Amino acid sequence: MHNFDFVKPASVAEAVKALSADGAQALSGGQTLMPTMKQRLAAPTMLVSLTGIAEMKGVKVDGRTLTIGAATTHATVAKEAAAYPALANLAGGIGDPAVRNRGTIGGSLANNDPSACYPSAVLASGATVVTSKREIAADDYFQGMFSTALEEGEFITAVRFPIPDRAAYAKFDQPASRFALAGAFVARFAGGVRVAITGASEGGVFRWAEAEAALSSNYSADAIKGLSLDPSGMIGDLHGTQAYRANLARVMVQRAVAAS
Amino acid sequence: MPKDHGIGASTKRREDVRFLTGKGVYTDDMRVYGQTYAVFVRSQVAHGRIKSINTGNAAAMPGVLAVFTGEDFKDVGGNPAGWLIKSRNGEAMREPKRPVLAHSKVRHVGDAYAAVIAETYAQAKDAAQQLADDTEIEELPAIVDMAAALGNTSNRVHDEIPDNQCYDWGWIEDNRAAVDAAIKAAPHVTTLELVNNRLVPNAMEPRASIGEYFPGTGDYKLTTTSQNPHLTRLLVAAFVLGIPENKLTVVAPDVGGGFGSKIYHYGEEALVLAAAKKLCRPVRWTAERSESFLSDAHGRDHVTKIELASDLEGNFIAFRTETMANVGAYLSNFATVTPTFLHGTLMAGPYKVPHVYVNVKTVFTNTAPVDAYRGAGRPEATYSLERVVDKMCRELNLDPFEVRRKNFITTDMFPYTTPVALAYDTGNYHATLDKVMEMADVAGFEKRRAESAKRGKLRGMGLSTWIEACGIAPSHLVGILGARVGLYDAATVRVNATGNISVMVGAHSHGQGHETVFPQIVASKLGVPESSVEIVHGDTSKIPFGMGSYGSRSLAVCGVAMDKALDKIVAKGKKIAAHMLEASEDDITFEDGRFSVAGTDKAKTFGEIAFSAYVPHNYPLETLEPGLEETAFYDPANFTYPAGAYICEAEVDAETGKVDILAFYCADDFGNIMNPMIVEGQVHGGVGQGIGQALVENTYYDSNGQLLTGSYMDYAMPRATDVPFYTVDYSCQTPCTHNPLGVKGCGEAGAIGSPPAVVNAVIDALQRGGHTHVTHIDMPVSPSRVWSAING
Amino acid sequence: MTKVAMTVNGKAVSGEVEGRTLLSAFLREGQGLTGTHVGCDTSQCGACVVHVDGKAVKSCTVFAADVAGSSVKTIEGMANADGSLGVIQQAFQDHHGLQCGFCTPGMVMSSAALLAENPKPSEQEIREYLEGNICRCTGYHNIVKAVLAASGQDANAIAAE
Repeated sequence: MHNFDFVKPASVAEAVKALSADGAQALSGGQTLMPTMKQRLAAPTMLVSLTGIAEMKGVKVDGRTLTIGAATTHATVAKEAAAYPALANLAGGIGDPAVRNRGTIGGSLANNDPSACYPSAVLASGATVVTSKREIAADDYFQGMFSTALEEGEFITAVRFPIPDRAAYAKFDQPASRFALAGAFVARFAGGVRVAITGASEGGVFRWAEAEAALSSNYSADAIKGLSLDPSGMIGDLHGTQAYRANLARVMVQRAVAAS
Repeated sequence: MPKDHGIGASTKRREDVRFLTGKGVYTDDMRVYGQTYAVFVRSQVAHGRIKSINTGNAAAMPGVLAVFTGEDFKDVGGNPAGWLIKSRNGEAMREPKRPVLAHSKVRHVGDAYAAVIAETYAQAKDAAQQLADDTEIEELPAIVDMAAALGNTSNRVHDEIPDNQCYDWGWIEDNRAAVDAAIKAAPHVTTLELVNNRLVPNAMEPRASIGEYFPGTGDYKLTTTSQNPHLTRLLVAAFVLGIPENKLTVVAPDVGGGFGSKIYHYGEEALVLAAAKKLCRPVRWTAERSESFLSDAHGRDHVTKIELASDLEGNFIAFRTETMANVGAYLSNFATVTPTFLHGTLMAGPYKVPHVYVNVKTVFTNTAPVDAYRGAGRPEATYSLERVVDKMCRELNLDPFEVRRKNFITTDMFPYTTPVALAYDTGNYHATLDKVMEMADVAGFEKRRAESAKRGKLRGMGLSTWIEACGIAPSHLVGILGARVGLYDAATVRVNATGNISVMVGAHSHGQGHETVFPQIVASKLGVPESSVEIVHGDTSKIPFGMGSYGSRSLAVCGVAMDKALDKIVAKGKKIAAHMLEASEDDITFEDGRFSVAGTDKAKTFGEIAFSAYVPHNYPLETLEPGLEETAFYDPANFTYPAGAYICEAEVDAETGKVDILAFYCADDFGNIMNPMIVEGQVHGGVGQGIGQALVENTYYDSNGQLLTGSYMDYAMPRATDVPFYTVDYSCQTPCTHNPLGVKGCGEAGAIGSPPAVVNAVIDALQRGGHTHVTHIDMPVSPSRVWSAING
Repeated sequence: MTKVAMTVNGKAVSGEVEGRTLLSAFLREGQGLTGTHVGCDTSQCGACVVHVDGKAVKSCTVFAADVAGSSVKTIEGMANADGSLGVIQQAFQDHHGLQCGFCTPGMVMSSAALLAENPKPSEQEIREYLEGNICRCTGYHNIVKAVLAASGQDANAIAAE
């Protein structure tokens, strides 16, 4: 990989300053960024590691709100987000144990890989993405695969999740990468059900409105038996056809509902 | 009581201690004074004409010491194919030159056309990038699909080969008319078209090489990830670079797995040697995994149509196979023999079928070279046979166990010559089938299936019975079949003065445990402790000229060479004992480490004899030489023929198409067993790879010849969660009749027998689950393919 | 180049690194600890797993500078004080849990991390925990058995079930 300067600020303020430099790039665990850099597909001139910032770490519960610092590892979320079991369960199933010890929620959301797990939880929960500049509603944050509302130099500091009454995540692994071939996060709130699908769509994580409507009136796996996603927008590749992904997404929603 | 010592004991592996403490020494672990780094510049396109390479910018970059292109090697030799195959019409195969670096044309993505040597790896990498930017390649249409490649005269992988065909081989051509007639007249013919999926071997240690040159003596040294250092030396010295063999030492230190991919000589090895000479400095190279995907020899990649003719009771009448085999862009060393003599000769399986004919057309494409990978040809044969037999059983509504049973060669028929020219020496196929049925509780399957159904899952059981020809050797046979090398092996047993023993072997251990097993044989034979025996391997300056390890040959060929050298040691020991005990040599017996005069209490221990051999103060030197060291070369009379029966039980989730392997049972006949623990481990590993091929592994080139599965992000390797505990048995033993150890070889068995068992289980599950339209799914039987088959 | 200091296998070490220097390279080239292997470039194979502050990480996907000041443990630090094999290492030898040895350091380090978190894991828990460690030789059978045995369970009985 190309060389770069490495800095590790201790506060958000320092990080903001470091990331204002030309060619600076945030590093938050690096479990996806580093392989990309090895292939020379990314060549920042400065890497700003965010994992040394104490104020960006940890899991806090306040009533029905769970706040996770952006530099919190998947392993920590899996262990400490007991107040939101579906989320803890999702975090505990990302990658493998060694990846979970380095990868962070902020890094995952900033990258917005179309097959990553976290985006589905954030979108289905209607979470708020807190950044170094502002707060962004989940519905506004995800803007297609590898694309987000983050601006140049802006980075995530925390994610605030409203805790649903019932929720679950069901994921079907892509056999090689172990990312989601399709994953469904279902969250039931007093005001209705939100369903987010990851792994399946060309457009990245998305909400499945029909399923939300069906589940809001009848919260059961059977309620979505007859529904189907349009395969034309789905990812079709050597791991699965578009029709297969559309099917898989529905099956994962059903399994998430059953498990919630 | 299990044995705790010598032949038959599950002696724990001594090599484990260094591997478990991080003290193994693999090629990339070595640091050589003054070392430099090579990075290869590889083609990004599958097929193209090199218009220009401007080396100036790269050569001027910081730390860069030299730049090489194909031009630098155009006058040295090519890396040859090891076997000359003849087409049906008698013509010799087409054998294009395989250069050290691609010259004038690039022929697959990853084809190296230049190399940069620099002081540091990062500098070499930077300069290689620059060189790639400064190269102009005119892209040509990629030739990827075998059917389209054959006969395509306008687009050629090699300009001098008009139809992209290497050869059109028939086995046995004289059988053809009778096979055709038999199929025409048969009451029933089952036809199956299938793909044997291309695999990337993926030894966990990437290939690596260090070249050194010693200007004072003109000697070269190549440290490399090789399964067979002498063969590598022969190829790189005599065929490619023209170095006298005795001026080149090849060392293969600890090697992290091979599975075939490290048999072959690769251009990187020649490059580091040539560069070391030019720079008079050591040159090292270690593949990144992405390079391994692009440049290691791949495996399998057959497209086959097989027909099975039978009567309505399931008695086999004839097998006819037509196969297209991909060799990729160049002929790797064993590429031409793998789809022919390691495949076609096995197409009778363990069956007494009267008529067999095999046609193989081998095709050049713009993909990485394809060569032998664990099993090599024999998994392809077994998969075709066992899938078509399974399909026939369904078509005729016959029991797959009974059909195998009635068609097996019976024990009274050995030695048995098949219609495809192999002479099986011994076996008992009914015994392994009975055994595996007992292990798998076939009778209880229906109950288990009902239990799965309650959970909404479809359960199936798949059977595969297999045979292989291994202990890859007989020089006289392979010579008739076109081999350009002999396939014997060799061992030297050196008894040191203090009585401990060094054994130099031609076999190479890269996971098989030779350092542990070979001493067990020595211990049993000489009555010495295993711990007093040390195995030396992997260094051409220390070992006799051997052919290395592949084709399950280490024990069955090299082990037997060692056994014969031990016979010579005992014979020499008797001479020495006769002298020391003042007796006739004929009266000396050797037992439990003691040389005794028969009928007396006069005896000498092995240690006393060894010491005397090196302190020959009063030897009759005209009749007795000092020293106790013997070498034997062994060239067997025949292949060995391990065989067995496997059962896989699997569950299918019809909603997602996911297959779970619930249980896997193996009953194998490997002849005599030297170390049961290691045999079990070999079977486990082979089955794991076979399950990988059957369920998850796929090598996918798109129509432009881009490898879409070029990393572990897209090439699925079987993981711990993908496989169950295996149940392994090797109690059915019919010892090999033509080697004194009675051993057959066990390294490839699991990879040969398991893929059809898995696919048969999946088809069985779908059929029993009511999806009767699904009669075949190509490997890998991925969730998407299973779901699409169900819903298709 | 910047100077990085950390503790490796209980010993204070330091070295000059570039920003891009990976922890795996720092250990292998800087410290001569070549037991940590690099088997891929996508953070999948797990041959490079070491412990950083007690947690298993893939050292090929960690910058050396990012773990400055940490305590690192590698395969070379896993034997007993007298040099004999530690419990997990011994179980791997007893159960033939390795063949070519290349993935083995990572397997042992991941297994150690598992047993620290979960002293009596089930077969399924072991398989799931080792999902980020690829072995091409063993088919995983004897690795799983070795971890069961290292946790004091009857591996032979469980494998035969």
